[in-house]
Amino acid sequence: MTTPHASSAPARSISTGHLPGWAPWAILLGSMAISAAVFGVAQGAGDIADFNIAGTLFVGMVIYIVLIVVVSTIAESRRHATDRLMTALISTAFVIACLPLISLLWTVVSNGIARMDAEFFSFSMRNIIGEGGGAVHAVWGTLIITGLAALISVPIGLMTSIYLIEYGNGNRLSKSITFFVDVMTGIPSIVAGLFIYSVFALLLGPGVRMGIMGALALSVLMIPVVVRGSEEMLRIVPNELREASYALGVPKWLTIVKVVLPTAIAGITTSVMLAIARVIGETAPLLLTAGFVQNLQVNPFESSNGQMMTLPVFVYNEFMYPSASSPGASLERAWAAALTLLLIVMVLNLLARLISKLFAPKTSGR
Amino acid sequence: MSISEKAHAPDAPHSPPTVKTRARKRPGDLAFSGASLGAGIIILIVLAATAFFLIAQSIPAFATDPADNPMLEGQSFWSYALPLLFGTLWSSLLALIIATPIAIGIALFISHYAPRKLAAVLGYVIDLLAAVPSVVFGLWGALFFSGFLQPFYVTLTNTLGTVPVLDLLFAGPVSASGRTIMTAALVLAVMILPIMTAICREVFLQTPKLHEEAALALGATRWEMIRMSVLPFARGGMVSGAMLGLGRALGETMAVTMVLSGSPIVAFQLLQSGNPQSIAANIALHFPEAYGTGVNTLIATGLILFIVTFAVNAIARWLVNRRAEFSGAN
Repeated sequence: MTTPHASSAPARSISTGHLPGWAPWAILLGSMAISAAVFGVAQGAGDIADFNIAGTLFVGMVIYIVLIVVVSTIAESRRHATDRLMTALISTAFVIACLPLISLLWTVVSNGIARMDAEFFSFSMRNIIGEGGGAVHAVWGTLIITGLAALISVPIGLMTSIYLIEYGNGNRLSKSITFFVDVMTGIPSIVAGLFIYSVFALLLGPGVRMGIMGALALSVLMIPVVVRGSEEMLRIVPNELREASYALGVPKWLTIVKVVLPTAIAGITTSVMLAIARVIGETAPLLLTAGFVQNLQVNPFESSNGQMMTLPVFVYNEFMYPSASSPGASLERAWAAALTLLLIVMVLNLLARLISKLFAPKTSGR
Repeated sequence: MSISEKAHAPDAPHSPPTVKTRARKRPGDLAFSGASLGAGIIILIVLAATAFFLIAQSIPAFATDPADNPMLEGQSFWSYALPLLFGTLWSSLLALIIATPIAIGIALFISHYAPRKLAAVLGYVIDLLAAVPSVVFGLWGALFFSGFLQPFYVTLTNTLGTVPVLDLLFAGPVSASGRTIMTAALVLAVMILPIMTAICREVFLQTPKLHEEAALALGATRWEMIRMSVLPFARGGMVSGAMLGLGRALGETMAVTMVLSGSPIVAFQLLQSGNPQSIAANIALHFPEAYGTGVNTLIATGLILFIVTFAVNAIARWLVNRRAEFSGAN
């Protein structure tokens, strides 16, 4: 990184042969302006609302890529041109990935806000044929089933991660548990639903639908996420804390309960909330195990007519089987339920980040 | 991963072999270690039980006469299941082809292009994508995205639909609603982006700093540095990230169910209104009304899905773990 000060050329600085830092931005702005102008003219007298934003951005990006490569080839070198091309492509990839997220959030919010009213949260779909009605039965079902799933999977997941970190010591069993937990993360959610259905069909006869079945199916999906999350959190608890505790003569299990877990509790809470956020939106397993119903059902252990509605299944049902008389009302309900679901997931995510940020233990290094 | 092996808690104090002093086993210790061991074993049992019960429940689908089966209606099981398997593989493969370059691009952007502070925020945005429930993706894909894409499909058919080889994929007539396998694959691609990005980002960040700095010091541009030091190092990780994404796409139900109105056919055309159906979508559509051996038939197709995803995930995880071992050596 030394300047070639020995060179005889006058006023040759380190940035010679490079485009100035503002140049790519200027070219980007210029390309977008050209593209917008072209589209504006092509639109002519047309309505300004029809202005093709996606097309403008796309053509603008293409113009930018061509321009920056040409300019860079002339001003710098072929190699720098390749570098600039790849920078442009990689940044574009990132923007492309953000667009669906923005579009999705916008669509769900703008369509869902219409039915986010008191009626939506105080009525079920019982005896509702056309407009009106609500999702109170689905909200309750989601809360009950997800709560039960968390109740089942948090202890199992947490104890498993304790085994892996504190007792397993990398032996055969812990290695295979780690491997199968990883593989279990990839089980298709619908297969989890089929599994629970098969078990209960053998026990209680075919066609059975119960809230607890939904909770069990969700915990099959949730346990591996909890294990992975809390395992990472237990791992970063400094070993010195454990050793200090042992040196004071504290038994191992008390060390874990009183020293290790409190240190890691913020991270564990975060991973549990992220796991809940992940399973609360699962549709397929609930469709197979908890079924769907139009009225409020709060007993997850009811075995005859035990169907429980949940928010994701509510969205699915209102979309796939809209009411014949007013399909628009069904779709509005679907959007509103989707917005509710999205809000729950986002709040859970934000809370999880907040908890991990506020209560994170001070760790050294990474 | 590499830290894990070193950071294990000390077991009972290591004493010289001659002196036999062992830590006293207190009842609390025994109960606690037993409970945690039991929890770990429960997970293995659940996985084994999944395989067992699915197999047990799918046997009747093969054992009984197809003519009596309300789901098969006389055709053999394989002629029912194979088109569905094709639909599953085809839609996932398309999603994988679309998502892989973009995921690698995003991961590179976050790990090597974006400023450090911005990178954390960007990673969070990508994680948000992962948190969106699949049913919301399905609703968006069916009601908004397909309509948005339809004009592009018309253009595609008009331009590429007559080119000799490409017309296999892009031939018309275009579906009027835009709800085609292409839309489903695009929605799937968006859904598997986060996991692929997460894995790629992780391995890109593990590239030895010295390799990168050496490349830069030799006068490489940033892209040359990435091509010479980052990408070769991360090849295994990228492959396994793609495999994990594939596993996710194979099992994804709602996006395909809600976007497509598929039928069990084998067709490569991307933009027409007749589309192949996937296993998961077929189960979701027919399970609520299924009865008798029809249920067993659907469970048998679920078993096929389970085996395929299990294999894909196991290979991917094996690749990741193998990579983690040799990366610890540098």
